[in-house]
Amino acid sequence: MQTFEYAPGLVPPRAKTTDGDDPLHGELLKLNMGPQHPATHGVLRIKVELDGETIVRIEPEVGYLHRGKEKTCESLGWRKFFVHTDRLDYVQPLMNNIGYALALEALGGVKVPERAQIIRVLLCEMSRIGSHLIYLATTGIDLGAITMFFFCFKQRETLYELLDAYTGHRMNNTYVRIGGVYADVDERVQDAIEAWIDQFPAAVDEFEKMLTGNRIWYDRNYRIGAITKEEALAWSLNGPNLRGAGVELDLRKAQPYSGYERYEFEVAVGTVGDCYDRYLVRVEEMRQSARIVKQALKLLKETKGAEFLAEDRRYVLPPKDLVRSSMEELIHQFKIVTDMALPKGCAYHGIESSKGELGFFVASDGTSTPLRCHIRAPGLMNVQAIPMVSMGRLFSDMVSLIGSLDFVMGEVDR
Amino acid sequence: MNDIAAKLGMTGDQLEGLLAILVRNTVILIGVINVAAVMTLVERKVSAWMQYRHGPNRVGPWGLLQPLADGVKFIFKEVVIPYGANKPLYLLAPAMAAVPAMMTIAVIPFANDVVLFGKNWGPLAIADIDVGILYLLAIGSMSVYGVILAGWASNSKYSLLGGLRASAQMISYELSMILAILAVVALAGSINLKEIAALQASTGNPLDWFFFKQPLACFLLLVASFAETNRHPFDFAECEPELVAGFNTEYSAMKWAIFFIGEYSAMAVMSALSVVLFWGGWSVPFMPDAPWYLGFAAFLAKVSVYLFLFVWVRWTLPRFRFDQLMRIGWKVMLPLALLNLLATGAMLALFGPPGAP
Repeated sequence: MQTFEYAPGLVPPRAKTTDGDDPLHGELLKLNMGPQHPATHGVLRIKVELDGETIVRIEPEVGYLHRGKEKTCESLGWRKFFVHTDRLDYVQPLMNNIGYALALEALGGVKVPERAQIIRVLLCEMSRIGSHLIYLATTGIDLGAITMFFFCFKQRETLYELLDAYTGHRMNNTYVRIGGVYADVDERVQDAIEAWIDQFPAAVDEFEKMLTGNRIWYDRNYRIGAITKEEALAWSLNGPNLRGAGVELDLRKAQPYSGYERYEFEVAVGTVGDCYDRYLVRVEEMRQSARIVKQALKLLKETKGAEFLAEDRRYVLPPKDLVRSSMEELIHQFKIVTDMALPKGCAYHGIESSKGELGFFVASDGTSTPLRCHIRAPGLMNVQAIPMVSMGRLFSDMVSLIGSLDFVMGEVDR
Repeated sequence: MNDIAAKLGMTGDQLEGLLAILVRNTVILIGVINVAAVMTLVERKVSAWMQYRHGPNRVGPWGLLQPLADGVKFIFKEVVIPYGANKPLYLLAPAMAAVPAMMTIAVIPFANDVVLFGKNWGPLAIADIDVGILYLLAIGSMSVYGVILAGWASNSKYSLLGGLRASAQMISYELSMILAILAVVALAGSINLKEIAALQASTGNPLDWFFFKQPLACFLLLVASFAETNRHPFDFAECEPELVAGFNTEYSAMKWAIFFIGEYSAMAVMSALSVVLFWGGWSVPFMPDAPWYLGFAAFLAKVSVYLFLFVWVRWTLPRFRFDQLMRIGWKVMLPLALLNLLATGAMLALFGPPGAP
C-alpha cells in the first residue's frame, strides 16, 4: 500500500481503469459516502474513488441541508432572523446570535453597554468550549476512542444545564438582542458557571491523558493531512485549521470586538498543520476559553447592576412595565415588532467562532426587511479542503481528516 | 448400570465412559456459549462503568437477564437478505465465523483429572489430543474465512472492504503469534496443552508459570489475540466510522448475533489458551495438590482477568489503521518473536530443558 504526502502539483498516479487483467491496477472502487454515513458528521456526501484503499479521486458534495437561511432572512425581517441563526451552527447557537447582532449593530450604529459585552464574551467562550468538546467527542468516536465521547459529553451536559439555567433552553437559545442580551445573568448562575469552569481544566487534562500521548492516537493523526501556511491561506481555511497550519490569525486579537482586547489569553498556533496540530490547537483553545470565562465572571461581579441592554428605542424593545403605562413606549414596541427598519447601507462583521471567521454581511435599503443577508460560513471553507488533504491517502485517514477539519453541515449548507 | 450396558452390548465401564463424554462435552459447549452471552452483558456493564452510564439495568436484577432478552429479540427479528447477495455464502458466513471458535475449545484443558464418585474421569477437556496446539491454530485460522465470505457475499462495498481488511490483517499477525507460541512449545517440549499446563502446575510455585520464562511471548500472544478475535484496537473488519459496520453491515437478526457469539467465543478461547500457555492453566498458587474443582475455579478466574482485559482495552484505546497493524505485525512483532524463539533455543541448548537437573 502506497501513501502520498500531499504536495502541490503532485497528482497520485491513477489506476488504469481499462486493463482489468493487471492485478496491480484493477478497477477503481467507486464509493458513495453519505449523506447518511456515520463518519461524515451530518449530511455531507462524499464521492470517493478508491484504488485498493488509496483515494484517487474525491469529491465532497454539499447542499443536503440547504434550507435557504439567507433568503429566509430577506423575507422575515431583521429581528425574526435571530431564531434562524441558532440553526446555522447548531452546536454553538449563541455564537451565531452574537455574530448576527454585531452586524446589525454595526449597520444601525447601536452602542452596546459594557455589561452586555461581558455577557456576550462569556457566552461566546462557553459556546467555543462546547463546540470544541463536540469536535473532540466525535473525532474520538471516529478513531475508535469511544469513551472520549462520554468524557466530553459529561462536560458538555453540564454546559447545557448552565445555558438552560441562564437562557431557559439547552440548545437554540436565541438569547442575544440588538443592543445587548435578553436578560441579565443571575448570580446563582454565575456561581454555577464558576464552579464548572474551575473543574474544567482538570477535565481537559484528563482528555489529554487519554489521547495526546497515546501512540495510536498519535499515529492516526501525526502528519495526516498536513496543510502548509500558503495552502491554508490559498484555500481560505480559517479558525483552528488555519492556526494549526501556523498562521497566527485570531479575530479576537486581530480585530477585537465586544471588548476582547480587555481579556488575557494566548492564541494557540500549530507548526505542521496536520490533524495532530489541529487537535492540539483545539485542546489549547479550550483551556484559553476557560481563562476568558473566568475573567468575564470577575468583570461581571464588578459591573453588577449595570445595564445589559442598550436604551436605544429605535431597535430595542422597551421594558414591559413601561409599555403598559406609557403611550410612547407602546408605540415603540409596536413599531419595533412590526416594521423595524435599519438605515440604508451595508455592514459586515466577522467574529471568531469555534470554526473560524463567522461573518454576517447585511445590506439594507432602509426598509424593514434586509436587501441582502449573506453568511460567511467558516465550515464551507473547511469542507473545501477535504479533497486537497485526502488525495492519495488511505480511506481510513479520511475519518481523521473529516473529523479534524470540524465543520457543521447546518452552517455549511445554511 | 451393568444391566443397561449389557442390553446395549457393552460393558459397564464403556457405558460410563460414554455418558461421561456426553455430559462433559455438553457442559463445556453450553458453558462457552453462555460465556459469550454473559460477555455481551459484561461488555456493556464495564463500558457503562467507564463512561458514567448505568448500562442495562431493566431486564432482571442488575440487568442480568439482558443477554436472554437480546437472544429472544434476535431470534424474532426479520432476516433480511440484501438484493444481489450470494445467498448460500451469505447464509454460510456467520457459521463459518462462529464454528471454528466453538471447535477450538475442544482441546482446552479446563482442569486436571476430574475425580468424582470415587473414580478418575480424566482431564476436564473435550479432547486430550497430542497435537492440541496445532489443532487449535489450524482450526482457529479458519474463522477469518467467515469474515471474508461475509464481506464478499453481502454485495456491499463497505462489507467487501471489511472482508479485505480482515484478510490483510490475518497474514500480518498470525505468523508472529505462532512463533510466540512456538517458544513455549520449545520450553515445554510438547504440543499437548494438558502436558504444558501440568508442567507448570506440578510444584505449585507460581514462578514455574511460563509467563516468568517467556514474558515477551506472552505479550506478543496478547497483542495477536486482539487481532485474532477482531477486537479493538484491531477491529478494522468492522471499523464503524468509515466502513459503517464493515463485514456485518448487511447482516441482521440471529445471523448478526452469531458473528458476535463467534467473536466472544474466540475471546474465551484465546484467553484460555493464554492461561494454559503462560499462567499455569489450572495451577493454584502454592497448592500443588489442589483438588480439580479448585483448579477449575483458578482457571476460570485467570480467564476472567483476560476477558476483562479485552473489554478494558476496547473501551480505552483508539483504533489502529489497518496498514499500521501490518507494519507492527511484520516489522515489530515478527522480528521480536523470531528473536525470542532464537533466545529460547539458545538457552535450551546451553542449559537444557527447565526442570532438568
